[in-house]
Amino acid sequence: MSEHNQHIQLSDESVAKQTTTLNLGPTHPATHGVFENILEIDGEKVLSAKQTVGYIHRAFEKIAERRPYYQITPLTDRLNYCSAPINNMGWHMTIEKLLGLKLPKRVEYMRVLIMELSRISDHLICNSVVAVDTGALTGFTYVFQWRELIYEIYEEICGSRLTTNMGRVGGFERNFSDVAWQKINKFIEGFPKVMKEFEDLFTRNRIFMDRCIGAGPINAERALNYGFTGPNLRAAGVDYDLRVAEPYSSYEDFDFKIPTGTIGDVYDRYLVRNVEIWESLSIVKQAVQKIAEIEKADPAQKNIFYAPESDKYHFPPKEDVYTKMEALIYHFKMVMGEIAVPPGEIYHAVEGANGEVGYYLISDGGRTPYRLHFRRPCFIYYQAFPEMIKGGLLSDAIIALSSLNVIAGELDA
Amino acid sequence: MALTNEIVKNRLTEQFGDQLTGWEEPYGMLTCTMPAGINLKVLQFLFDDEQLRFRFLTDLTGVHYPGRPGEELCVVYHVHNMVDGVRMRLKAYVPLEKPDVFSATQLYSAANWMERETYDFFGVNFVGHPDLRRILNVDEMEHFPMRKEFPMEDPTRTDKDDEMFGRGGIV
Repeated sequence: MSEHNQHIQLSDESVAKQTTTLNLGPTHPATHGVFENILEIDGEKVLSAKQTVGYIHRAFEKIAERRPYYQITPLTDRLNYCSAPINNMGWHMTIEKLLGLKLPKRVEYMRVLIMELSRISDHLICNSVVAVDTGALTGFTYVFQWRELIYEIYEEICGSRLTTNMGRVGGFERNFSDVAWQKINKFIEGFPKVMKEFEDLFTRNRIFMDRCIGAGPINAERALNYGFTGPNLRAAGVDYDLRVAEPYSSYEDFDFKIPTGTIGDVYDRYLVRNVEIWESLSIVKQAVQKIAEIEKADPAQKNIFYAPESDKYHFPPKEDVYTKMEALIYHFKMVMGEIAVPPGEIYHAVEGANGEVGYYLISDGGRTPYRLHFRRPCFIYYQAFPEMIKGGLLSDAIIALSSLNVIAGELDA
Repeated sequence: MALTNEIVKNRLTEQFGDQLTGWEEPYGMLTCTMPAGINLKVLQFLFDDEQLRFRFLTDLTGVHYPGRPGEELCVVYHVHNMVDGVRMRLKAYVPLEKPDVFSATQLYSAANWMERETYDFFGVNFVGHPDLRRILNVDEMEHFPMRKEFPMEDPTRTDKDDEMFGRGGIV
């Protein structure tokens, strides 16, 4: 009988030292994604953390070098899959900027509407998951019904829910259906009460506050140095928001506030995201109103869902493809990636749900990008995590991770 | 007075003379090329100067141009002055045999992982980086996959004409 030697052998060094090494992840239920942290802990106190990333790296930048432009949209879905439409729209806007396309106001407002709905759904997940990690599951299951409604709206608009592949260069693939509008109105009516209740449940909850206040803080200077953007930077007290700093898609027409925090801890990030949900809801309402005004002034606008001059880039309606020669030719050319895109170098960024999502595109005039780089906010700010949790408790590290809203897909591209 | 591309360009030319070349403004973003040997000096100047204040590193990445002997790899920096809302793009070209640029980690903590990523995919050697290891790929990998000599699909396939799908063959 062979002697079994499968038991774990601790090295002498490991036995001799006073601290404990703890593997948090890669697949830990509390990390909500594939993150590996090797923590050195002294009792409950975190001394250091070593991060490993890249578990779900899918080489999107390399794949993009062989794909026609419209086929890259599904890749952008899979970056931050909690708010895929924002990534889709950002990518379309990058190409539109390269082509010099100007969109009709109605289309831009429709985009704003969708982007703000996805911001709400992303922030809802993040905040309710922070609550789950402090031990309260109720809020999470409660708001998920409303996230579900947002996903139903996506479904009405583009046919899919999580990885949406929504919109096309120059606008949308089809107009919003009546059911989509009904669901948007249902959301606008019903959601505020739910959000109010969600806030009542946590914002002044003694246990929640005790857990969150002072956990995983970062000051404004360090946050900027670490390349923070989005709600995490604003929680540290810097009022930087791309929607205001460099308005795209007619954000300058909307009236909204940029909330900021003070010390950049978990509680600040939670509060900033909550206020942003309210602001996004207000933007959604304004967008619906503005679209209604446009349609009232000119009923013909009801059928505008893409830029008229973008017909070379926009798939023709399916029934035309089967009956009209030109439509068939355009369809074929688009599918084969034969669309002329000018050579150029461009950086375009949009305010994603957790920071500045940037697209750095070099086109040499070919049918695919020469080089495409995604600026992924998660990848850049996740490096600050060891510094943020150093000296804190292990349980603080868990909620700090969920409040940073690190999305594995965006982290690893 | 608001900071404009014109002012940034003049300030930089004043400081570095004709070492900075290739000035252009594609889609409104000021772009220039700096020699790889002074990349950190330029970034430091942009960071420290009271008027310029480019203190935010937005992005750092690489590009491979196999057709340019002696300057095959390009390291691209996007820096941002958040106060005035001005962005700038800086490029440093390095040869494939000696791809050395100075690391910006002392200036921006954010550069740490971005430089590791650029090293991982393009093999750019960031001199002075505290921990220059692969980040997204496995440690045992022996090549730099974003370089253009690595085609996306098996190049020996004969059943599919690559010219019809995406970028055919090696660029």
